[in-house]
Amino acid sequence: MTAATNTKRNLVTAALVAPAAAWLMIFLVLPFIAMLVFAFGERAPEGGYQAAFTFAQFANLPTRAAAFWNTLILAPIGALACLLIAYPVAYYLAVKANPRYRLILVSLVVVPFWTSLLVRTYAWMYILGSRGIPNLLSMIGIEDVRMLNTPGAVLLGIVYGYLPLMIMPVYVSLEKLDRRLLEASADLGAKPVSTFFGVTLPLSLPGVMTGVALVTILLLGEYLIPQLLGGGKVFFIGNALVDLFLQSRNWPFGSAIAVTLVAVVVVVLMVAMRIAFRVAGTRQVDLV
Amino acid sequence: MRAFISSVYLFLYAPIALVVLFSFNAGRNASEFTGFSTAWYGKALGNTFLVSALQNSLMIAFTSATLAAIFGTMAALGMERLTPRNRAIFDALFAAAIVVPGVVIGIATLVALVAVFSFVNPALAAIWPGEQPPQLGLGYGSIIAAHGLFSMALVTMIVKARIASLGRDIVEASSDLYATPLTTFRLIVLPQILPSILAGFLLAFTFSFDDFIIAFFVAGSKTTLPIYVFASIRRGVTPEINAIATLVLVASLLLILTARILMREKKTKSGE
Repeated sequence: MTAATNTKRNLVTAALVAPAAAWLMIFLVLPFIAMLVFAFGERAPEGGYQAAFTFAQFANLPTRAAAFWNTLILAPIGALACLLIAYPVAYYLAVKANPRYRLILVSLVVVPFWTSLLVRTYAWMYILGSRGIPNLLSMIGIEDVRMLNTPGAVLLGIVYGYLPLMIMPVYVSLEKLDRRLLEASADLGAKPVSTFFGVTLPLSLPGVMTGVALVTILLLGEYLIPQLLGGGKVFFIGNALVDLFLQSRNWPFGSAIAVTLVAVVVVVLMVAMRIAFRVAGTRQVDLV
Repeated sequence: MRAFISSVYLFLYAPIALVVLFSFNAGRNASEFTGFSTAWYGKALGNTFLVSALQNSLMIAFTSATLAAIFGTMAALGMERLTPRNRAIFDALFAAAIVVPGVVIGIATLVALVAVFSFVNPALAAIWPGEQPPQLGLGYGSIIAAHGLFSMALVTMIVKARIASLGRDIVEASSDLYATPLTTFRLIVLPQILPSILAGFLLAFTFSFDDFIIAFFVAGSKTTLPIYVFASIRRGVTPEINAIATLVLVASLLLILTARILMREKKTKSGE
C-alpha cells in the first residue's frame, strides 16, 4: 500500500469515528471531570457550586448512610430474588420448552423490559394503592391493610421491573449448553439432580453472574421504584441525589455521592468480571 | 414446573393488563369495573399540557435516535479500522455510557452544562453586538445530547455485532471488480447492515421515549411525557393516567416488536 492511500485511509477512519468520539468526550468524559471537580467544591450560599478544594463533602457522606444502606441491602437482595425466579424460567425456555413456541415465549420475556419502567411501576402503585387490593380486602372485612410505601412493595417492584433482564443472560448461557454433556452424565449413571448440580448449574454460572451484575448495577442507580412504591420511606441513593440536586441544591455534596456511587458500581463490575473469568469464558448477552 | 412458568408469565403481564383494562373503566376505582368507557382517553387527548409533552418526547426521541443511528453506524464502521489500543478505548467509553446509572449520567451532564454555560453566557453577552444576547440554557438540546450518548453506544454495539458476522469475501470480490470503496459500501455493505441500523434506531427511540431520570435532571423548564406522567402520578392516581400509560405501552410495544423482527431477519439470513 502506498503512503498516499494509507493517509487517505486514515483520514476516512478519522472522519468515521470523529462524531462519536466528540460526543463521548463532550457528553461523557467532560461531565465526569466536571462532577469530580464539583465533588471537591463547596455549596454556594444561594445553592449550586462554589470553587474550592475540600474533602468536606466526602467527610459528610455518613449523613446519607441510610440511603446507602437501603441501596446496598435491597439491590443485592432484589437481584437474588430476581435470580431465584429467573433461573427456572430460563431453564424451562432453554431446555424444556417446545422449540416451536420458544421464540414467542422468549419474546414475551424481553418485551416488558423495553416498555416504560415508569408505567410498569405505576401499575403496582395502582394495584397496591388504597383503591386496589386494600380496598378489595376491606370489602371482605379486612380493614386498614397498608401495602404501598413498604420495603416489601419496593422489593416487589424491583423483581417486577428487572426479572426480564435477569432471565435473558441465564437463558443465553443455558441455550448454548452442549446437550451431549447432559446425556453423558446420565449415561454414566448420574441422577437428574446430580446432573443439574454437577453439570448444568456450573456451566450456566457465567450467565448467572452477568445477570446478577447487570441487575445489581442498574438497581444501585434506581430512583423510580423506591420513589413510587416506597413513598419517601424506603429511599435509595438515587432519591438522595434527586433531592440534593433538584430540591436543596447542594451540588457539591450531590456530586460527592454520585462519585461514590460510580466507585461502588466499578467495584461490583470488577468483582463480577473476576468471578465470571474464573468460572469460564465470557459470553455475549443478547438483550433484544 | 409448568404451573410455575405460567404464573411467572401471569406476573409479568397481569399488572399491565390491569392498567389497560381500567383505562376503559367508567368509574374511578381500581377495584371495581363499573362499565366500559373511552372517556379517559378523550380527557387525556384534550389535555394540552399532555399533548405538548408528547410532542416534545416524540421530537427528542426522533432527533436523538437519528443522530445515534448515523453517528453510531459510522463509529461501528470506523472502529474496526482503528489500532487495537484506540479500539479498546472506544469500547471502554461505550461500555461506560451503557453501564453508568442514568441518574449519574443526568447529574454529570447537568453539572457540566451549567458550568460551561456560566462561562459561555457572559462571554456571549460581552461580544454580542445587539441588545439581547442569546442565553444558552438547559432544554431540548441537553436532553437530546444525554439521550444520544446512551443511544449511540447501543447502535454501535448492535451494528458492530452485525459487521463482525459479515462475509469479507464479497467485499473483496467487489473491489477486485473495480468498484470504488463507496460503491462497495452502497451496494454490498449497507444493504446487509441496514436491518441492524434500523433496529438500533428503534431501540434508541424507545429508550429516549421511555427515559425519565436523565431528562428529569437536564430538561430545565421543558417537559417530556415521562416527566409529565411522573408529576401527575404524584398529584394522585386517576384513570386518565391509565389511558396515557396504555398509549405509551402500545407505542413501545410496536417499536420493540418491529426492532425484534428486524433483528430476527438478520439472524436467519446470517444462518444461511
